Amino acid sequence: MNAIEIKNLIKIYKGGNTALKGISLTVKQGDFYALLGPNGAGKSTTIGILSSLVNKTSGEVKIFGDDIDTHLEDAKRHIGLVPQEFNFNQFEAVEQILVNQAGYYGLPRKEAWQRAEICLKQLDLWDKRKQQSRTLSGGMKRRLMIARALMHQPKLLILDEPTAGVDIELRRSMWVFLQQLNKEGITIVLTTHYLEEAETLCRNIGIINQGELIENTSMKSLLARIAKETFVLDTSTLPEQLQLGEEFTRIDEHTLEVEVLKDEGLNATFAKLTEQGVQVLSMRNKSNRLEELFVELVQQGSH
Amino acid sequence: MKGQLYFTAFKSILIKEIYRFTRIWVQTLVPPAITMSLYFVIFGNLIGSRIGEMGGVSYMSFIVPGLIMMSVITNSYSNVASSFYSAKFQRNVEELLVAPVPNHIMILGYIGGGVARGLLVGLIVTCISQFFVTLQIHHFFTLVVTVLLTSITFALAGLINAIFAKSFDDISIIPTFVLTPLTYLGGVFYSISMLPDFWQGVSQLNPIVYMINAFRYGFLGVSDVSVWVSLLVICSFIAVFYSVAYYLVNKGIGLRS
Ligand SMILES: Nc1ncnc2c1ncn2[C@@H]1O[C@H](COP(=O)(O)OP(=O)(O)OP(=O)(O)O)[C@@H](O)[C@H]1O
Ligand SMILES: [Mg+2]
Repeated sequence: MNAIEIKNLIKIYKGGNTALKGISLTVKQGDFYALLGPNGAGKSTTIGILSSLVNKTSGEVKIFGDDIDTHLEDAKRHIGLVPQEFNFNQFEAVEQILVNQAGYYGLPRKEAWQRAEICLKQLDLWDKRKQQSRTLSGGMKRRLMIARALMHQPKLLILDEPTAGVDIELRRSMWVFLQQLNKEGITIVLTTHYLEEAETLCRNIGIINQGELIENTSMKSLLARIAKETFVLDTSTLPEQLQLGEEFTRIDEHTLEVEVLKDEGLNATFAKLTEQGVQVLSMRNKSNRLEELFVELVQQGSH
Repeated sequence: MKGQLYFTAFKSILIKEIYRFTRIWVQTLVPPAITMSLYFVIFGNLIGSRIGEMGGVSYMSFIVPGLIMMSVITNSYSNVASSFYSAKFQRNVEELLVAPVPNHIMILGYIGGGVARGLLVGLIVTCISQFFVTLQIHHFFTLVVTVLLTSITFALAGLINAIFAKSFDDISIIPTFVLTPLTYLGGVFYSISMLPDFWQGVSQLNPIVYMINAFRYGFLGVSDVSVWVSLLVICSFIAVFYSVAYYLVNKGIGLRS
């Protein structure tokens, strides 16, 4: 079963701005899927169409087999949405927001209160339940939107940049939480600008650029495409004359950079350094290799 | 089965709406109470005593139904207009748009909220009027049906206004330039029969004339127009406004990009 099936999705906003130029993609049930792309690529537009906040211009969208043109209400029931921007009533209390939302999905009041307790505790907002939502911090507001999206126990959770403006600790705990939800069988689609996040969480990945899907693959095969990695080595004082191969670049007296083919491993590199009497004190990746690949793909797409 | 779900959704919107205007009662319930008390004192007591009778009853008794109706109209209208516009503005209307709530239910929920405030304010004003006149009910059924239908009419109008509104200013334009003049010229303070023939004819184009007169009939048994015609006029307005509101929401005007 596919959680999401998109065929030839086109969106032209009023005023003629073409945000999506015919996107097709599928997300399998149980998947953890990342939608990446630079600012203005069309991620939120895609999500808006899935959750019927944006009218599509043409194309076909099915959520768990329910076409949004013919079975809109069923399609909506499957989805829990965490939008990019805060969209709750600033003056309503946290618990009111949740209970009302459950009501819109037909959950009777009494059950809604029970469910609200569970969701609020899960997202660590229980102490804040009586507060007006505008008095929450940014991170709490994000969590409020996640709690709200989970009220009706959706099969598919869609999060548009859920960790934007969230501190590192909270981000990690959100990751754990999302992974837990995914293990429980909820299909998750998220957009993010943190590639580390996508790498940690997601099994499959789509990259959108200028309204086109330029990649749709598994995280594994994407990573496998990264042939070379660059490491930065902090070393003991380097001698003036060094007989190292082309793969090495001398940065300064204590720093070397080395490019390593992924399938070759690092032993040869260290052997050469030992031979020259260079001691490696520490080493790190020069930059996130995924980030590099991402930039490369997006740039190729732009030409 | 679906009916149950829809009813729960409707109830949720209604509760949220009632909760909203009672939470800000100082802005929503107190002002009409004060304004109407002033009308009663000044027009009814001070000036009214010099006017004598109108339509066969004391001037005070004559204006009470009109003033109640006036507050019902304004409050039903502005409740939906400001609540729905602010839901658009803060984007929390999206909570409803993503949920499996049919458009009819969404409209009915907001209308319900507007009617609730309209009727509550109407009740408050009726209670205040008891300090000035003794309550007299000629035809209870006409009274209730008229006030309910009128409230629905203006709640719908408020919704349409909110759908088109692009700023908070836009939701006060219609009340200022259309609603208030029509109400004042709608026979709250005078009997239409006092007017010259030409203006009587013009007044018959004003829907509020029918609402106020049918309502006054319910209280006092006097009316410038036939009650049946009045109810027919109000129902036609509801039919038209509802269709327009439904069309707009369905198209997603001002709601979906
Ligand atoms: N309501 C709208 N009306 C007109 N154009 C819009 C609207 N919303 C988005 N766009 C345009 O559509 C394109 C895609 O925007 P979208 O919000 O989908 O990007 P995004 O991938 O979510 O970007 P970001 O990472 O910055 O959130 C942009 O060019 C944007 O200007
Ligand atoms: Mg976006």
